[in-house]
Amino acid sequence: MRMKFNIPFTIKRRQWLRRIQDLGFIAVGVWFSPGTVLAKPEDAHAAIKAITGGAAIKEGRVKLIIPPLVENGNLVVLKVSVESPMTVNNYVKAIHIVAEGNPVPNIFTAYLTSRSGKASLTTRVRLADSQLVWAIAQMNDGSFWQGSAETLVTLSACTEMV
Amino acid sequence: MSKTSRTSITVPAQAKKGSIIEIRAIAQHDMESGFRYTESGKLIPRDIIRVFTCTYNNVEVFKADFYAGIGANPLIIFTTLAVESGELEFKWVGDDGYEAVNRARITVS
Repeated sequence: MRMKFNIPFTIKRRQWLRRIQDLGFIAVGVWFSPGTVLAKPEDAHAAIKAITGGAAIKEGRVKLIIPPLVENGNLVVLKVSVESPMTVNNYVKAIHIVAEGNPVPNIFTAYLTSRSGKASLTTRVRLADSQLVWAIAQMNDGSFWQGSAETLVTLSACTEMV
Repeated sequence: MSKTSRTSITVPAQAKKGSIIEIRAIAQHDMESGFRYTESGKLIPRDIIRVFTCTYNNVEVFKADFYAGIGANPLIIFTTLAVESGELEFKWVGDDGYEAVNRARITVS
């Protein structure tokens, strides 16, 4: 009698332990995955779609410079430049900066004209997390070009208390 | 944030006709993102500068829309062509009726 009871019990116990272990792995995975923080790449894709209106974006011509390692995400120097002759017939109309891990994916949009001389900007941005940042350039002929840069942020912006 | 604050613009006073001039604009502003909480757990409402425009003799040459992702004391460096002598006007508009205007003169030879 004893044996009969013991065997199913040990199997159950073993299964249960394994389940607990699996749960542990899931918990660790969730902890490290960017999904738990504010990062929502789908929001960024939605923001990009809102900018382009579904038009295709070509890779290239846009150079985005952010430091690859950022100690403090509150103030990150961002430089963006677009290859363009900037003439009346061929110029960059707008530059959009979108970050996939920020609570608001849009960071800024700059509207240039043929009188800008060159398509080059510098500003300081906030980054909430280690993430990919895109720069999308809208040309006067309606085409879109993009460049991106990845960065590692050790101290995130916008989570600290006041 | 008050309705206005200190803003500063750096523009060359003289330039050659047709040359590219660099303009640096900076505003003293917290750029409160609207995602921070006080210690008591209250959400601090968003208070940012939303739009920056630059007009050259009343022609708009540069405009930027800012979102919460722009850092405190926003700085923007951009360029424009020196086409004629005159006045550049810079306008910052933000939440809660914030408005600041700067003007700079340029002599183009």
